[in-house]
Amino acid sequence: MTTLSMASVAIAIIPLFLIFFYTLAQGISALNVDFFIHMPKPVGELGGGMANALVGTTILIGLGCLFGLPISIFAGIYLAEYGNNAIGQTVRFFTDVLSGVPSIVVGVVAYILVVIPMKQFSALAGGVALAILMIPTATRTTEEMIRLVPQSYREAALAIGIPQWKATLKIILPTAMKGITTGVLLAIARAAGETAPLLFTALGNRFWSTDIGHPIASLTVFIYDYAKAPFDDWNRQAWGAAFVLIVLIFIVNITFRFVTRGRYKEQQN
Amino acid sequence: MKLHTTHIGDKVFKTTTMFFALFVFALVFLMGYEMVRGSELSLKQFGWKFLTTSTWDPVAEEYGALPFIFGTLFSSLLALLIALPLSIGVAIFLSELAPRWLERPVSFLVELLAAIPSIVYGLWGIFVLVPWLRTSVEPFLIKSMGFLPFFKGVPYGFGMLAAGIILAIMVLPIISSISRDVLRAIPNSQREAAFALGATKWETTKIVLSDGKSGLLGATLLGLGRAVGETMAVTMVIGNRPEISYSLLDPGYSMASVIANEFAEATSSLYTSALIEIALILFVVTIILNVIARLIVWSITKKFKTT
Repeated sequence: MTTLSMASVAIAIIPLFLIFFYTLAQGISALNVDFFIHMPKPVGELGGGMANALVGTTILIGLGCLFGLPISIFAGIYLAEYGNNAIGQTVRFFTDVLSGVPSIVVGVVAYILVVIPMKQFSALAGGVALAILMIPTATRTTEEMIRLVPQSYREAALAIGIPQWKATLKIILPTAMKGITTGVLLAIARAAGETAPLLFTALGNRFWSTDIGHPIASLTVFIYDYAKAPFDDWNRQAWGAAFVLIVLIFIVNITFRFVTRGRYKEQQN
Repeated sequence: MKLHTTHIGDKVFKTTTMFFALFVFALVFLMGYEMVRGSELSLKQFGWKFLTTSTWDPVAEEYGALPFIFGTLFSSLLALLIALPLSIGVAIFLSELAPRWLERPVSFLVELLAAIPSIVYGLWGIFVLVPWLRTSVEPFLIKSMGFLPFFKGVPYGFGMLAAGIILAIMVLPIISSISRDVLRAIPNSQREAAFALGATKWETTKIVLSDGKSGLLGATLLGLGRAVGETMAVTMVIGNRPEISYSLLDPGYSMASVIANEFAEATSSLYTSALIEIALILFVVTIILNVIARLIVWSITKKFKTT
């Protein structure tokens, strides 16, 4: 049994290394300074970069944070401070349910809510889709980080006469901020890796654009388009972009693990 | 200085945060409502036939979602078939066998697997998995088991088998981490009692597994939920052929893939409405799976917390 169990672990972990190192091997040859600061070249010409895709993803994530983070942080505060009741349980349950909704379905909703009224694809729609995707993760981590702040802080604040709302905003929240930031980074990492919802909200753009009312390029759609292409050079660039993406995501995940390792020890034991 | 028993600021703050919390709750219903409204055209036109017809003809405006429902179900079940034994093995290793210093890094590595974006899986699928299947695995399967209906066909590489394998890799981290948590939640008194009666490690593990049955079921349902909704990786390797076939070697088409491929170019309102209806089906299916799974997992961990 032990051998079978260890064998399953080995089989499970092998793809992780396979994928990471294959992406590294294939993608590293495409990485140079040009790749990051140049625009894509016309079809058939060698070289070119993904500058518009990098900027696009940054703008999309910025919009997602703008729409999603205020909701998540305040909802997380409610759940942590006032949420030990039926409302809190229901909200928590539905937040978990929301996190299980496929990203493509979220994209369809963003299409209905933003693209149809605006009568065009836009970065705004992509931002809305990413915001909906970020909300469950950010809410849950905000709640957990605020819960980790010791009760003595709240009691001390109330004892010297600070109203509860001020204590939450000015004492509890800043204390939890480091953890909340890392949780938000985790949500951003998830959103940065999403492709499906962007395919028909932000659509994609072969040219430089920072206009949020029009289609915009993104790293993930760049990878998708270039992976499907029949040109070897483009495929190499897709690998390069994929490598950049997973390096960023891994860094965020490792940071999150590192920051929360001490805090969760008490909860685990 | 006036003494307030309840500061007005507290009331305002509590109400504001509650509003945001309820917004998250309402979001799920808003999404459902918008999708029902968006698919009204298709619902009126096709009704229940939408779920049972196989024609997908944008030119003649005839839409039936059966090939996609079949494709999603087949690829997800195949993924579970591959991933479930492996996940249970990993969960057993992490909760029963591994020493603390090994368990945490291995857990972390399994979770990293979950963090890899779908598109990167798809990329790896196209350039690594599919060629390997096309040149080594599928010819072997055809030669050795080609008499079975599951292995009849041409070794394209792209197809159900590729989709099933990639989905299995993507679903494994979820099933194994939740299973590990479920197994950990079972109190040590169970294991100690088994050892006290002379059970071996394997027999004790079997007892623990049967205690955690429903939790493992919940974990599987959550994994199924993820597999059903997975888009990019599946789209890139499944072959995108809207036909029903029982062979693993044949291309297929999943619900998420058809939306990803055709939504941006859907020309008529009926076309868009049909695709939105498929998204609605996906939405309902994943919500049901998630609700059942979470109810099971919640009740199981609560049950063991009180023992």
